[in-house]
Amino acid sequence: MAYNSKPAHHEEYQRKQHREEMKHQVLTFALMILFTFIAFGMVIMEVDTYFIIPTLIILAIVQVAFQLYYFMHMKNKGHDMPALMMYGGAAVALLTIITFTTLIWW
Amino acid sequence: MSTAVAQKRGLGAAIWDYLTTVDHKKIAHLYLYAGGLFFLIGGLEAMIIRIQLMKPDNNFISAGLYNEMITMHGTTMIFLAAMPLIFALMNAVVPLQIGARDVAFPFLNSLGFWLFLFGGLMLNVSWFTGGAPDAGWTNYAPLSTTSPGHGVDYYVMGLQISGAGTLIGGINFLVTIVNMRAPGMTYMRMPLFTWSVFVTSTLILFAFPALTVGLFLMMFDRMFGSAFFDVGLGGNAIIWEHLFWIFGHPEVYILILPLFGAFSDIFSTFSKKRLFGYSAMVFATVLIGFLGFMVWAHHMFTVGMGPIANSIFAVATMAIAVPTGIKIFNWLFTMWGGQIKMTAAMLWSVAFIPSFTIGGMTGVMLAAAAADYQYHDTYFVVGHFHYVIVGGVVFGIFAALHYWWPKMFGIKLNEKLGKLAFWPFFVGFHLTFFIQHFLGLMGMPRRYWVFLEGQGLETGNMISTVGAFFMAIGTLIFVYNVIYSAKKEKKADGDAWGTGRTLEWAIPSPPPHYNFVQTPLVRGLDPLWVEKMDGKEGMTPAEPLGDIHMPNASFLPFMMSLGTFIAGFGFIYQVDNKAWLIAVFAGMGILLGSMLVRSVKDDLGHHIHKEEIEEDIKKGVAK
Ligand code: HEM
Ligand SMILES: [Cu+2]
Repeated sequence: MAYNSKPAHHEEYQRKQHREEMKHQVLTFALMILFTFIAFGMVIMEVDTYFIIPTLIILAIVQVAFQLYYFMHMKNKGHDMPALMMYGGAAVALLTIITFTTLIWW
Repeated sequence: MSTAVAQKRGLGAAIWDYLTTVDHKKIAHLYLYAGGLFFLIGGLEAMIIRIQLMKPDNNFISAGLYNEMITMHGTTMIFLAAMPLIFALMNAVVPLQIGARDVAFPFLNSLGFWLFLFGGLMLNVSWFTGGAPDAGWTNYAPLSTTSPGHGVDYYVMGLQISGAGTLIGGINFLVTIVNMRAPGMTYMRMPLFTWSVFVTSTLILFAFPALTVGLFLMMFDRMFGSAFFDVGLGGNAIIWEHLFWIFGHPEVYILILPLFGAFSDIFSTFSKKRLFGYSAMVFATVLIGFLGFMVWAHHMFTVGMGPIANSIFAVATMAIAVPTGIKIFNWLFTMWGGQIKMTAAMLWSVAFIPSFTIGGMTGVMLAAAAADYQYHDTYFVVGHFHYVIVGGVVFGIFAALHYWWPKMFGIKLNEKLGKLAFWPFFVGFHLTFFIQHFLGLMGMPRRYWVFLEGQGLETGNMISTVGAFFMAIGTLIFVYNVIYSAKKEKKADGDAWGTGRTLEWAIPSPPPHYNFVQTPLVRGLDPLWVEKMDGKEGMTPAEPLGDIHMPNASFLPFMMSLGTFIAGFGFIYQVDNKAWLIAVFAGMGILLGSMLVRSVKDDLGHHIHKEEIEEDIKKGVAK
């Protein structure tokens, strides 16, 4: 960080990586904005609710995934433990929801 | 070292030291003192219950007070005694076992303790303000939502506050174990105690939010006129039961797993053998944690979930017996052919095996859903869970305290007195609870104030009460031992038992407040043993001797917890008089103000200089 004594080819490699990263982020950002427009558009144009609800949920899930994997860097190395914890928590939450919908309000 | 310095500075300074400490070893002491005190209070409540049930139609305490007794006994023992005592062990041992100088978030560690303590105090204040909670430790609606007075409000606020502390503690240990292991300490080289604390912390992270949500709904129903559990207004009382047990069943594994880990370390140390089937033990621990989330509805077989749900949960529950069985056999094989040293710690551990196995067996009986219609809410269930909780958790805490006492306090507990405490407790435990299975099968329901004459329940209840007195005697001898040993026992070695295998035994007892002079290099499972077998004195360092960075003490965690404590009272009493909202705002003000101070004031910690460390090494207090 302080004194940069890395060899030149390493620096070159890193710069390339950063450019790559930047490209991904811009791309996902554009996609997320597009998804938001689609979501709003469908509601404004009063598309059939049976179509709208599942589509909105799918779009939301994709956006969350983009957020986590691209903006919060979960796609990079060393994020196995956070991933394990998040999926574990999601599984418990899902189990709770299934219980409440099947066992309580049957 | 630091205690000695504090003593010279006088009592006030020592108290201030503990109020502001962020050192995991001192926080372990705090958890131990507070948990021990609540254990004695909960024990006293248990004795009152047993005296009431000593003979038929007894009038020792009134029916209402009896309900308060059983509620507070259960709540105190689970949340205010067992949990903090486990946190005491986690704090005292885990950073040492992974070669770290403190936990990942020392400030949060202190905050977790103070929240727990203020939550516990809040619950017990209810005794003096018109009645304790009286709807059972499970606090089922609508019994709880319709309970008059403020007792149940104290349950809700007290557990909410102490539960926040537990959640903070759990997250802290997760991060500590993931991030702070010494070089070379891979996951599959972690001691079993650290492994089980890791799994337990994960369970805390996933299970406690269910309790938090349940308590919030309960709080709104009782204090702000909502109707989540009120059938008359379209609510559903069963929601509470599900939320409670989604938390509650993982909770019983949160309690037992750390002690499974402690037993594993104790068996291998005192058998002078490496643990039999290490990877199977790790696998079983993880599997128990995983399955622990799939079985909560076995507490609700008689609610009317229907035969399909009942069968699924019955099979899932029975499946847990398999990894548990793996563990039991591995402990037996660890001892098999070992050079066994029957210390007090070992005595508690050996006694645990048959006691806990009986509890597991009655558990499988209860898991047979059809049969549970007979057992449910009888003394059979009381017998079952005391066999697993006392025979597992409490025996484990005693064993682990004997084992790690020298590391925590620099002296061993007296071995003779330790064994003298064990025998009455062990005999009393079986006297008290074995007979309760039969009382249950004969039809004695749990949580009833009196039982009637001439139904054949007299002898069994008398035996049970006598047993409880034996357990009380055992506990008092243990307390006496603590005081006696503090006065009479001489200083323990770093490797106090001579056969230590894990990193905590590589440093002095008690360790200096930075634990390790140099972070050790871990070269295998049981790292200290590996070095001993290579003929080395201690660990190979992984870094040169240098300055050590340590966190600063802080009074803010105490203030933040005090704030929530005050706000808690405000919430409870604003139902009667809106003027109490002032307490809510004042309390929240203290909380948020402290948080603001914390975030605007930079606290970068301090350095311990190389010269000081060299001085400590010369004096023999660091290694
Ligand atoms: C083989 C393992 C186990 C099985 C199969 C099992 C099964 C069960 C079942 C079916 C019940 C419900 C009985 C009823 O209310 O009718 C129950 C209750 C209970 N179990 Fe276990 N259990 C096991 C281990 C444990 C452990 C390790 C602990 C704690 C350390 C524990 C603590 C409890 C408690 C506290 C209750 C009663 C809660 C209450 O209603 O107040 N159990 N168990
Ligand atoms: Cu259970």
